[in-house]
Amino acid sequence: MSTTSNTQPRITSVAEVKAALGDRLVDSFHKEDLWLRVRTDSWKSSMRTLRDTLGFHYFCFLSAIDWMPSPYGRGEDDPTEPAPERDTTIRQGYAGGETRMQVFVRVMNPVTHVSVIVKVDVPDDSLTIESIHDVYAGANWHERETHEMFGIKFDGHPDLRNMYLPIDFEGFPLRKDFPLLARMVKPWPGIVDVEPLPGGDDNQGGDE
Amino acid sequence: MSLTDRVMGDRQQLAYIASQAADARLNVELETEGMTLNIGPQHPATHGTLRIIARLDGEQVVWAEPSCGYMHRGYEKLTEVRTYPQVTTLVNRIDWLGSFANEVPFILAAEKLMEVEAPPRAQHIRTILFELSRIANVSLFLGDLGVQLGAITPVFLAFRDREYVLNLIESATGGRFHPNFDRIGGLKDDLPAGWIDETRAVMKKLRGFCDQIEDLLFGNEIFQSRTRGIGVIPRDVALQYGLSGANLRASGVDWDLRRDHQLPMAWNKADWKVWTHPDGDSFARCWIRLQETRESTKIVDQLLGSIPAGPVMAKVPKIIKVPEGEAWVSTENPLGEMGYYIVSRGDLGPFRVKIRSASFNNISITPWLLRGVYVPDIVTILASLYFILGDIDR
Repeated sequence: MSTTSNTQPRITSVAEVKAALGDRLVDSFHKEDLWLRVRTDSWKSSMRTLRDTLGFHYFCFLSAIDWMPSPYGRGEDDPTEPAPERDTTIRQGYAGGETRMQVFVRVMNPVTHVSVIVKVDVPDDSLTIESIHDVYAGANWHERETHEMFGIKFDGHPDLRNMYLPIDFEGFPLRKDFPLLARMVKPWPGIVDVEPLPGGDDNQGGDE
Repeated sequence: MSLTDRVMGDRQQLAYIASQAADARLNVELETEGMTLNIGPQHPATHGTLRIIARLDGEQVVWAEPSCGYMHRGYEKLTEVRTYPQVTTLVNRIDWLGSFANEVPFILAAEKLMEVEAPPRAQHIRTILFELSRIANVSLFLGDLGVQLGAITPVFLAFRDREYVLNLIESATGGRFHPNFDRIGGLKDDLPAGWIDETRAVMKKLRGFCDQIEDLLFGNEIFQSRTRGIGVIPRDVALQYGLSGANLRASGVDWDLRRDHQLPMAWNKADWKVWTHPDGDSFARCWIRLQETRESTKIVDQLLGSIPAGPVMAKVPKIIKVPEGEAWVSTENPLGEMGYYIVSRGDLGPFRVKIRSASFNNISITPWLLRGVYVPDIVTILASLYFILGDIDR
């Protein structure tokens, strides 16, 4: 077993990325992995720079996050009672953000095995960003899936047909305001979920 | 097409031009009318219910498109209303042939957020069970491969020997297909008595199985002529589509998460080899999987001899709340890179989980790959890419 790759750092330095992306980089966050946030209007050109200049040739995945907390909580309300009021203030995660929806992608350099997670804000009014399927061919299907699940449109994508759902399906299932219908008709029986651990007492598990 | 020009080597380019010229001649000689061929959703080559719609010109595919969604269960949505320990039950069913391997990256990601590490004994046993699920998964591939190319015998051998591995997984975890054995902080239980000796004997049998398959299939002239040079994926295309696992290594990329990522698992305590193949064709993909099964049996053998003593569970609270943050962990699963991106809000359950499954990326290359191939090769290519439907649709 070769150990060469283990000694290499997994994370490229923020300065290196900053030099390559310039003012297209809005924010970054470094904690074991490296998170970047790029300007929405430079989404495609930033990904192209990351691929061509920094060698991030391997496309891992693309998806989106809806940062609005679900008005249905964790689906544990009694459906016969009126739903309680919930705080739905939007609060973004690592590397910040300004919009409710964010698209994020993870790419890797296959030579150094360094990887980054790149986030981009999706404008609230248009819900449209550029498609990167001609930068990473693999993004094609991931963008289709994201469009289907979040309703985000990808400008320049050749074919945003549904992958999973029927053609006439209404709504975007992975948005937080899309209720999980099974929980709307019947209370969830799994709220109590305590499995006795080996040798555990009330507060502590563990093999002691 | 600029992509094709850039990525093809000279040899491949010449072969491509020659085939285009041959097709052009054929089209002048015969006026052919296009037809649409529907493969699946129920077809032995689809490991579940994948439907492929192919537009044919004579015997050649001009356009092909897989149609997914026959098994979409919405796990990403369901994880948002489950607690962390409940999620492993769901993710078990993504790649149902190597279930235990699905649980591990999720648990590791949750542990990363909680800053908990499983005790050495648990890490060791996790790795052993992980490799056993790889063997159970890939040995089925090796048998199934024969059936899809017209050889019946290997599948009987595969099912016979896979049974031994499933028995081992069952006796350790209680579940043949869905162990649900991994816990945040360790494992549900310790190994049963006598399990180690039993496992050693089974690993020996499995190495025998690999030799048999190699003799029966890989040396077979028909097998070779049906797989060599069929469905060639150049390195750059494989990377762009995010292919992983054996499919990527068959295109010459030396990358294995077991070796190249520092995970709290025991792979670095064994001596084993990452195999690559320069050809990128169907034969290379099959051959890599055969070698990897052998390596897995070696890893298991070595780890069995060095299981550290101690508890199998770290101290974790009974009600698990994961601190706020985001984490990504992926492991080298039987089908390729499988990872979970967890966003936590300090709640009992995750805020958002993105499941990155290997087969989704592996199969997204098919519209590119099937263009220009002949009808019988569709099955060869699909078989060699090796996907599980649950792993595509999630």
